[in-house]
Amino acid sequence: MTWLNDVVQGLLLGGLYALFATGLSLMFGVMRLVNLAHGDLSIVAAFIALAIVDAVPVNPLWTVLVVVPLMFGVGYLLQRGLLNFTLRGADPLPPVLVTFGLSIILQNLLLESFSADSQGLDAGRIEDASIRLSDRLAIGWFPLLTLLVAIGVLVGLQLVISRTRLGRAFRATSDDPQAARLMGIDNRHLFAVATGIALATVAVAGLFLGIRTTFTPSVGPTRLIFAFEAVIIGGLGSLWGTLLGGLVLGVAQTLGAQLSPGWGVLAGHLVFLAVLAFRPAGLLGKPVPAQ
Amino acid sequence: MSGPGVRTSATAPAGPALRVQRATIASRVGLVGGLLAVAVLAAGPLWALDSALRTLIGFFTLLALAQMWNLLAGYAGLVSIGQQAYVGLGAYGLLYLADTRGLNLFLSVLVAGLVGALVAVPTAVLAFRLRGGYFAIGTWVIAEVYRLIISNVSQLGGGSGLTLRAASQFDRTARLFATYELALAVGVGAVVLTYVLLRRRLGLALTAIRDAETSAQSLGVHVYRTKFLVYLVAAFGCSVTGAVIYLNLLRIQPEAAFSVNWTAFMIFIVVIGGVGTIEGPIIGTIVFFVLQETLSRYGAWYLVLLGAVAVLVTLLARRGLWGLVADRTGWSLFPVQRRLEER
Repeated sequence: MTWLNDVVQGLLLGGLYALFATGLSLMFGVMRLVNLAHGDLSIVAAFIALAIVDAVPVNPLWTVLVVVPLMFGVGYLLQRGLLNFTLRGADPLPPVLVTFGLSIILQNLLLESFSADSQGLDAGRIEDASIRLSDRLAIGWFPLLTLLVAIGVLVGLQLVISRTRLGRAFRATSDDPQAARLMGIDNRHLFAVATGIALATVAVAGLFLGIRTTFTPSVGPTRLIFAFEAVIIGGLGSLWGTLLGGLVLGVAQTLGAQLSPGWGVLAGHLVFLAVLAFRPAGLLGKPVPAQ
Repeated sequence: MSGPGVRTSATAPAGPALRVQRATIASRVGLVGGLLAVAVLAAGPLWALDSALRTLIGFFTLLALAQMWNLLAGYAGLVSIGQQAYVGLGAYGLLYLADTRGLNLFLSVLVAGLVGALVAVPTAVLAFRLRGGYFAIGTWVIAEVYRLIISNVSQLGGGSGLTLRAASQFDRTARLFATYELALAVGVGAVVLTYVLLRRRLGLALTAIRDAETSAQSLGVHVYRTKFLVYLVAAFGCSVTGAVIYLNLLRIQPEAAFSVNWTAFMIFIVVIGGVGTIEGPIIGTIVFFVLQETLSRYGAWYLVLLGAVAVLVTLLARRGLWGLVADRTGWSLFPVQRRLEER
């Protein structure tokens, strides 16, 4: 029965990974931009929440009301003020170099402001409360909430993309940015909105991470890597794939850690490599046309 | 194929006679100056203090790493953030070969490079399925995989690492001198290797791919094979260099040997010096060392500055410091292009 518990815990953990991966998937889908500072921005959100909780004694869950709009704004300005300039031309270097540089800047600014100490957000009783299904199987309320929020965010985003004017503009730009511009879509603004939404989801992910576990200024890259693995395992261009990818990664890590404590993260990486080797388009992705 | 500085005549059907010019005045001056500089540096143990030799070992090894990253990203468009995999594999290759297998210490450095190149084959097969930014993260993940696997091998010291014992058979000074010459060899070797490769067919193929990948392919350039070869060369170069770095440091630990900081430094050096030029990484390494000596006591702020400079240079001066110099003067110390001139 322990393996069943591990799978359940892995699925719940996977919800968090899916939440991290959503923004990465969205930004790549709309503008083919891979933001290497993605993980660090989630940690920035967690530290902002920490600063709020230090100043005002509220449950960190309430900080979502401030952190999410704030990070939307940060994302909008980041895209308009910086990242849009990396997307001119077909050169693959500028987006990677600029976002990697940004990642190093953010990590070290956080280090200067908050020191290298481990921090945590204390959400009170919900962190320990769980639903006991049997002696060996219990579902924590908080991990369950994380998974439900992840699904909620993905469903919401899917609805925006498929049902709204904004979503139509996203899809049009994704398919053919030139034609979309000729139809009157302002790419610069649209990309900025996409990054804003991406960072809003990243803010939620960072907040949940901060409540679930401890964090330091240097854990951003690990979050980026897990988000990336979820995207690739699920398949590029599929939000449902991203959810599935997150769940698969979570289960792989939890089962791997059961085999040996040192093997959890490695097991996740190996599943990712196996998908890359045997199903490069991802579990739910469309097959890549031959190049 | 013409060697360096050799003029090849091209037959033009009519009009003024043309020739293909492959050397420049700057490159001839540079060649003489470069040879003199290498000779002076090779005699370093005769004139430099031990502390200066140690600094220079750091300089040459970083130059080698940066030049390899430049070859990858600047010429083959392969923006890897996983080159630390090869620094670590080179270091652990050296440790395994010299300490466990008892192979000659200095031969082990070379064989460690070959081990890195061998591991690069399956790595490339997987990583090449990803493009652009995803390739970058993919190579990073694979470097993490190697780090985690080695951390779990207790014979190699597990997570806490080991000290290279084979090095203690030599006395301190002899080891320092030998390591210094090896470091000089990898630094100069990386520059020469890049230069020679780019002047050959590979250089033409890479230029064609960079300018128009699809057209290059339709003209018969093997895009995949060319990039694969460059990736293997860079893996070999970084592994040999990693082995030399740890021949100097002696204490090998997975977190440090496989640290993404290695690649971050390579990126910073190449970006600031000038990506896609052979001169760039040389200038970049000098600038990096000056900054490190003067600013590293500011800790995190120093790294914030490095990151900000990398971002600004990428956006505002795409070809780095050497690009600015070359645009003003037209100098080219390592000409890899072919110019047509009237005879």
